[in-house]
Amino acid sequence: MAYFQDLFGDAWPLVWTLVKIVVIVMPILGAVAYLTYFERKVIGYIQVRIGPNRVGPIGLLQPIADAVKILLKEIIIPSGANKFLFVAAPVLAIAPALVAWAVVPFSPELVLSNIDASLLFILAVTSMGVYGVIVAGWASNSKYAFLGAIRSSAQIVSYEIAMGFALVGVLMVAHSLNLGQIVKGQTGSGFWSWYFVPLFPLFLVYLISGVAETNRAPFDVAEGETEIVAGFHVEYSGMTFSVFYLAEYANMILVSALCSLMFLGGWLPPFNFAPFTWIPGFLWLLLKIAFILFLFLWFRATFPRYRYDQIMRLGWKVFIPVTLVWIVVIGAWMQTPFWLW
Amino acid sequence: MAEIRNYTLNFGPQHPAAHGVLRLVLELDGEVIERADPHIGLLHRATEKLAENKTFLQSVPYMDRLDYVSMMSNEHAYVMAIEKLLQIDVPVRAQYIRVMFDEITRILNHLLWLGAHALDIGAMTVFLYAFREREDLLDCYEAVSGARMHAAYYRPGGVYRDLPDAMPKYQASKWHNAEAVRSMNENRGGSLLDFIEDFTLRFPKYVDEYETLLTENRIWKMRTVGIGVVSPERALQLGFTGPMLRGSGIEWDLRRKQPYEVYDKLDFDIPVGVNGDCYDRYLVRVEEMRQSNRIIRQCIDWLRANPGPVITENHKVAPPSRASMKEKMEDLIHHFKLFTEGMHVPEGEAYAAVEHPKGEFGIYLVSDGANKPYRMKIRAPGFAHLSALDEMSRGHMIADVVAIIGTQDIVFGEVDR
Repeated sequence: MAYFQDLFGDAWPLVWTLVKIVVIVMPILGAVAYLTYFERKVIGYIQVRIGPNRVGPIGLLQPIADAVKILLKEIIIPSGANKFLFVAAPVLAIAPALVAWAVVPFSPELVLSNIDASLLFILAVTSMGVYGVIVAGWASNSKYAFLGAIRSSAQIVSYEIAMGFALVGVLMVAHSLNLGQIVKGQTGSGFWSWYFVPLFPLFLVYLISGVAETNRAPFDVAEGETEIVAGFHVEYSGMTFSVFYLAEYANMILVSALCSLMFLGGWLPPFNFAPFTWIPGFLWLLLKIAFILFLFLWFRATFPRYRYDQIMRLGWKVFIPVTLVWIVVIGAWMQTPFWLW
Repeated sequence: MAEIRNYTLNFGPQHPAAHGVLRLVLELDGEVIERADPHIGLLHRATEKLAENKTFLQSVPYMDRLDYVSMMSNEHAYVMAIEKLLQIDVPVRAQYIRVMFDEITRILNHLLWLGAHALDIGAMTVFLYAFREREDLLDCYEAVSGARMHAAYYRPGGVYRDLPDAMPKYQASKWHNAEAVRSMNENRGGSLLDFIEDFTLRFPKYVDEYETLLTENRIWKMRTVGIGVVSPERALQLGFTGPMLRGSGIEWDLRRKQPYEVYDKLDFDIPVGVNGDCYDRYLVRVEEMRQSNRIIRQCIDWLRANPGPVITENHKVAPPSRASMKEKMEDLIHHFKLFTEGMHVPEGEAYAAVEHPKGEFGIYLVSDGANKPYRMKIRAPGFAHLSALDEMSRGHMIADVVAIIGTQDIVFGEVDR
């Protein structure tokens, strides 16, 4: 280490940060690739079939084969499209999904940048993701893509509000905007101390808004396979398409990670005795993320799709009132001696 | 002030919800449909004209290709029209076999409709569940005719041959070893009737599975209740038939109202809807699957007890047996005439209609006494339904148009012919 420090001199902090970024981003991209495999397998078994099983043992090399295939495909830019925005849109979509990981703690020590307002940072950064969708829909110069972009922007903006209010509940209870502090606030007597217990309605709202925020079924109206074909990315092909795809899955993992950190105790074990305490905290976090990701896939295999106006109604008339009421309830509850968290 | 123009969207023919080659020109106000203009003809194959240049028997396979999800029902209307002109009787066993396969076809069709409808609305699991059962039923097709879809099994005067005593079996392969194949072949040990009976015992449970996923699902109800409402009067005026008409609350079923074959001897109920929306039509079709299952069980019992001929003895229409052809001069001549010229149908006109899974499917035949029809007209139920699409989808949103296309159970093979 000291040798490298000498070698780079003043540039060392920058280089070290870059190394850390690579160490976080590469596994996330790997996880995204294997999440697609996991999705195909899980949904396959739900639908009485077996999913990919031809490439490699039990199909384990399928994501690699898909990646190679998609890299070799031609990127078609429609003649009526705005070329610069058309190519910039996928970048706009994936950048926030990866940037947000900067403040996500993987264990009490392991975090790239331990800033105080990390919750605020995440809210700010993830809101940027919608620009990728809007710009893609507009730049494609296609009616289907345009409809998808309109639907998507309306949906994400409304669910952002519900999501934000759900987070207000968390920060009230945790007395902190720092994700590490939020997890530490949940230490105590096992899973009863996790915030999903007092904040149960907010937990549900956050989880469902998370599904809506990532445009996953049953809220996938922005893609709307059978209605507007593929929505905002209908004109995209090859790598530009797959970057949208990566962004969607990276966002799914991010939402699951945040959900586990804020409501399910992050790296804390559910019981404070052996053998649960033997399992390292990092593994607990992974398990919780995997569980929530499984819920995402389960929803997709089970539910029909909402109609666009029904989604808006659910967001504005159900979720936002629920979160507002529960924030008041929590505020009052915290003043009483019955508050145990 | 800026001029506000409606948004015109070209929906299809290359579209996941177009059910083949439907092309809709949608005029939108935001997402709300102002006008839906269906364009047809992209799958036009001139079946009616082709039939004028083919012998009567040669057109049977064309019937399979009209509505390619309910193959045998199409054949049924066609052979019934020929039989009407010929004024021949069909052996009762053949009638039972036809009824049984009509109902198998109805289940096949409704399973595909259910899967596709649910997939259009976004619930994709039902689709794969439905295909699991379709697999078994297509195996029944394969057992009687050798073809899994385009069977050409019904013949003027009966059916091609009697039900086989053995089912086709799975063979061991690279992907399924002998052990796996044995369990897959478990219910294929007996005759075709045993296999179908086994299926009818399992099937109600499967329908329950589909219903758990959909019937009480809030999202499913939000997407189908009150969508595409057609009043009973309007349904009649628009020429609706089948589940589309029954969904609006009119109890009209050719199997009951104009019984053909042996339907008057069978016990079954006709479900009708109340509100005439997509949800009611969904319930009607699901119940029809259960009723079809009931009819199939009654047919199995009768067919087990009553062996007999399955095609008419009139050798001007149906070929004589191979053995008698070798021995009798008369039969040899019949065989030669049938396989060179085909049958001659007396001069006249006939209309025969069956209760096809989608509605009333009719064949209108004009014969001038030759071995080919002078003119054939196909009355396809889907055509009348599709022409009501505009009326049904006005004022709804794009997502509802997809639900309405699904509920109409459109198949372009029959609409375009």
